[in-house]
Amino acid sequence: MSRITITVNGAPQTREVEDRTMLVQFIREHLGLTGTHVGCDTSQCGACTIHLDGEAVKSCTVLAVAADGSQVTTIEGLAEGGKLHDVQQAFREHHGLQCGYCTPGMIMASVDMIRRHDGMLDEHTVRHELEGNICRCTGYHNIVKAVLDAAEKHRAAHAVAAE
Amino acid sequence: MYATTYHKPKTLAEAVKLYTNSDEPSYLSGGHTLIPTLKSRLAAPAHLIDVRNIPELFGIEVTADKVIIGSATKHAVVAASGEIKAAIPALSGLAGSIGDVQVRHMGTIGGSTANNDPAADYPAAVLSLDATLHTDRREIPAEDYFQGLYTTALEPGEILVRVEFKTPEIAGYAKFRNPASRYSMAASFVARHRDGHIRVAITGAGNEGVFRWTEAEELLTVNFSAEALEGLTIDPSRMMGDMHAPADYRAHLVAVMTRRAVQNLGGTHIL
Repeated sequence: MSRITITVNGAPQTREVEDRTMLVQFIREHLGLTGTHVGCDTSQCGACTIHLDGEAVKSCTVLAVAADGSQVTTIEGLAEGGKLHDVQQAFREHHGLQCGYCTPGMIMASVDMIRRHDGMLDEHTVRHELEGNICRCTGYHNIVKAVLDAAEKHRAAHAVAAE
Repeated sequence: MYATTYHKPKTLAEAVKLYTNSDEPSYLSGGHTLIPTLKSRLAAPAHLIDVRNIPELFGIEVTADKVIIGSATKHAVVAASGEIKAAIPALSGLAGSIGDVQVRHMGTIGGSTANNDPAADYPAAVLSLDATLHTDRREIPAEDYFQGLYTTALEPGEILVRVEFKTPEIAGYAKFRNPASRYSMAASFVARHRDGHIRVAITGAGNEGVFRWTEAEELLTVNFSAEALEGLTIDPSRMMGDMHAPADYRAHLVAVMTRRAVQNLGGTHIL
């Protein structure tokens, strides 16, 4: 057992965990944040994607003890003051989901993608960069539309900020 | 996953000491091969020694004729390095083609090279770019390092510290991926070194892991073009065969990917 502190969505969380505990298990079972999903549990499907120190990773394949002292953002940490994050809003407007199981991972991967490319994305790049996230409803078409829309909003917001 | 005890040493000496004094230890880096292996209970180390807090294992250094990468450097960091891209674009592209974005944010060059998965990408670059593997105790030439499936010259407890690649005159990497797993089913890294010698390393296909395709090297030495390789085939009995691709199909892919690597020198060709 180890005593670890991980800052999740801005709040430090200290728990006693078994060393074999995965980060996704820490998030879902120890903290009760069930927005992060477990799909394949083999680091292929991306449903468990969260941000670890600002980068999208698959939390089913990271030990919680190895994340001790880190900053984690989950799907619950994106909205601010009751206002959805632009990517969440875009998924809502474009119906970027069918059953919704993959959606938290898709959104976390998309936020990371838009940040890395500073919103400069085209359809080909979005489809390529989402290769680590699987939607078994095959609802990719609207997901891609949603990401492109959110990327455009990101570019517009930054252009305004630059003026 | 079975219960285990996690350690986070801050120095190489501390890591090696932990390894030596522990019963059934294993080093852990990015964990993107090891953790799935532990979760499926194919391995059960009693002690996991995480090497990602050891400063010597990080960093990128590009000199006039070498690219040196710390073993705990993540694939995403290698792929994003402008210096590496300028020196060896095929190596940069190779790093950016491993797994997916999330995997590249965790997986490390040292983990990939130490594990020597027969379908891993880095071993092809290590062998083709005539790299030197620096460990906590010695230097190992790539030629002596790879010793078959999941087997390397590393002794128990030995830690890979950095990988030193020779910057070639030019290199290319071509890969045909398994459409489901995204691992290589056949990939070829072709390099022409500054002294003129050619190295062709094949990963994903050989039944003994990564290997040099010397027949292709000889033909390319005479004529460094894809045409020189027309008609050259490789014996399917040297290939892996599985439900994804039988040996004769992999043999065919090896020849095609090697020609494609030569046609895409200075970059990558990922299918």
